[in-house]
Amino acid sequence: MIRENMRIAVQGIVSNRLRSALTMLGILIGVGAVILVVAVGNGSSKAVQSRIQALGTNTLVVFSGGGFGGGRGARNGTLSQRVGITSQDVTALENKVNAPDVKALSPVRNASSVTASYNGSTYSPSQFVGVLPAYSEIRNYPVGSGRFLTNDDQANNSKVVVLGTTVVQNLFGTANANPIGAQVQFNATTLTVVGVLKPKGSNGAQDQDDIALIPLSTMEESFTGSTTPYSQLAVEATSAGTTNAAEAEILATLDADHHITATSATQFNVLNQTSLLATSSANTHTFTVLLAAIAAISLLVGGIGVMNIMLVTVTERTREIGIRKAIGARKPDILSQFLVEAVLLSLLGGLLGVAAGLIGSHFKIDGTKPVIVPVSVVLAFGVSLLVGLFFGIYPANRAASLRPIDALRYE
Amino acid sequence: MRLPLLRRGGQGPAGDVARPSDLLPVAPDGAPAAPAPPREVIVVRRVVKTYTLGEIAVHALRGVSLSMEHGDFVAIMGASGSGKSTLMNIIGCLDLPTSGRYLLDGVDVRGMAEDELADVRNRKIGFVFQSFNLIPRTTALANVELPMVYAGMKPKPRRRRAERALAIVGLADRMDHMPSELSGGQQQRVAIARAIATNPAIILADEPTGNLDTTATYEVMDVFSRLNAQGRTVVLITHEDEVARHAKRVIRLRDGEVIDDHRLSPVDGPPPRLRGRAEDRGAS
Repeated sequence: MIRENMRIAVQGIVSNRLRSALTMLGILIGVGAVILVVAVGNGSSKAVQSRIQALGTNTLVVFSGGGFGGGRGARNGTLSQRVGITSQDVTALENKVNAPDVKALSPVRNASSVTASYNGSTYSPSQFVGVLPAYSEIRNYPVGSGRFLTNDDQANNSKVVVLGTTVVQNLFGTANANPIGAQVQFNATTLTVVGVLKPKGSNGAQDQDDIALIPLSTMEESFTGSTTPYSQLAVEATSAGTTNAAEAEILATLDADHHITATSATQFNVLNQTSLLATSSANTHTFTVLLAAIAAISLLVGGIGVMNIMLVTVTERTREIGIRKAIGARKPDILSQFLVEAVLLSLLGGLLGVAAGLIGSHFKIDGTKPVIVPVSVVLAFGVSLLVGLFFGIYPANRAASLRPIDALRYE
Repeated sequence: MRLPLLRRGGQGPAGDVARPSDLLPVAPDGAPAAPAPPREVIVVRRVVKTYTLGEIAVHALRGVSLSMEHGDFVAIMGASGSGKSTLMNIIGCLDLPTSGRYLLDGVDVRGMAEDELADVRNRKIGFVFQSFNLIPRTTALANVELPMVYAGMKPKPRRRRAERALAIVGLADRMDHMPSELSGGQQQRVAIARAIATNPAIILADEPTGNLDTTATYEVMDVFSRLNAQGRTVVLITHEDEVARHAKRVIRLRDGEVIDDHRLSPVDGPPPRLRGRAEDRGAS
């Protein structure tokens, strides 16, 4: 019976090609739109996440003072309160008892308005920082060529520098130049280039390759001195899952060290990549759901199209229904015949919609590379079948309820 | 009496349509498993059918009583409005009487639900309509197979039976033709093949020659006569005397009542036209 119904349905669809194609188009657009919208949303959220992850997933950045940029202001604060991150704080945080979830940390000193010059070309890197060797791992700055700063560099106040590709490009003319071993003048100090960082691109706010890294000891000796507090503290948590615990431990340790008793009075801020990630994905998620809901409505409209066409088909084939009933078709036989046809219509439309969505996702849309979410494909396709079933029931039931004598007399 | 209806496909090959694969009806004493079928295949007792059109009650049948035997060839005649279509709808189980009883092959259809009536039509009645009523864009073979599809028969025996039925009406070479590729007479013969394929208790033909020319009419009536000669019960509704002359018995209706009922030839003998020709052949 099912085979017979399939045969009848295929025949019905094929004999009214244009009408069937237009009906399927409604479902196609609905399914394709849902898949594509979800893919674009997913793609843009993936892009933001990968940018944030490039900063280092388990990274925390600790600032002192009122805001993210407060490190420098705190330097001028009242010293009696010892506001600002000091080497004492670093020692306290390195103690596993105080901060068990901290894996590694590196104090950071920024020097402002440092100009580099080499062979007549000059350039001021937007970041000129003194760090410990662990910084490479903490902030996810792998070296592309040469080496990163070492413990020996730190111990010997070595006059060495690791450059980002933007700095290399500006000093040596091209990002592909090999500057290893070159002597570059930074203000009054000559530094030897020992490594070049792998390019990271922009994190959305700034060019992460516009950076020059030197040993913290060299920074203190030749540029900033060691009396002022650190600009910031780069911390790596033991894993992405422990960043929030590490944040709490850091704040508690720093507050204790600075005799701050009320947590509300804390002078420190922690920039937590994980919470940043969570916020951004929550935003894109909301947006995606909203767009997918609009796309789903178009799927519903497609379903109404199926119902409309099925009603026309039932009217057209009233006489055929009469014949079938006269020779022994029961109500369920007729019902299933038209239901199969409606479902087949929406099934074909759904399949084409999936194809359209998959093909469409190969193209960049507004700068975003869509990334297909498999669940959305299954869901959109499944819903298209349900739509066919739901909107097919009324016309099919109408056909099945026709009285054979009336249907036979229908012209 | 009321026979339990067999569920389709559920009772295996013992199901009603899978009676002896021979397309001929079972002889009254030939089916040991089933109770001997009654001699009278159609019993209509004081059947009244009243329609209400708005506020007017139309009395289409005013107490018709008749019975038909196995192997009979009956023509029901009457002008339009005489109630013959209503009677045919009731005999064909397409409609139920307002009052009175109707027994088809021993089965009382009173109070039956729609799907039960569909089963009765499927197993006991072979319909032939004036306008052929084949399913368009479907081959002759598939059209003949259709009632057996609804009976739940397996594809292979279904096909075998359909091929044999088409051979009986002389269309073995037209099985794969669409209705649109066949002449009127050929289409009507396909419809007859469809009607006999399930081996029904009666063949019910409603003005089967109404849309046919003289030659095709002769062809089709010849098929009916031959089927009747093989023992099939044929009930024919017509308003043409020429067509009615093929029958063994003619019943006339007027204003919803039987006004005339006479027999042209005995139930057990061959139908009049075939007998005529046999005599012709014997004479020559």
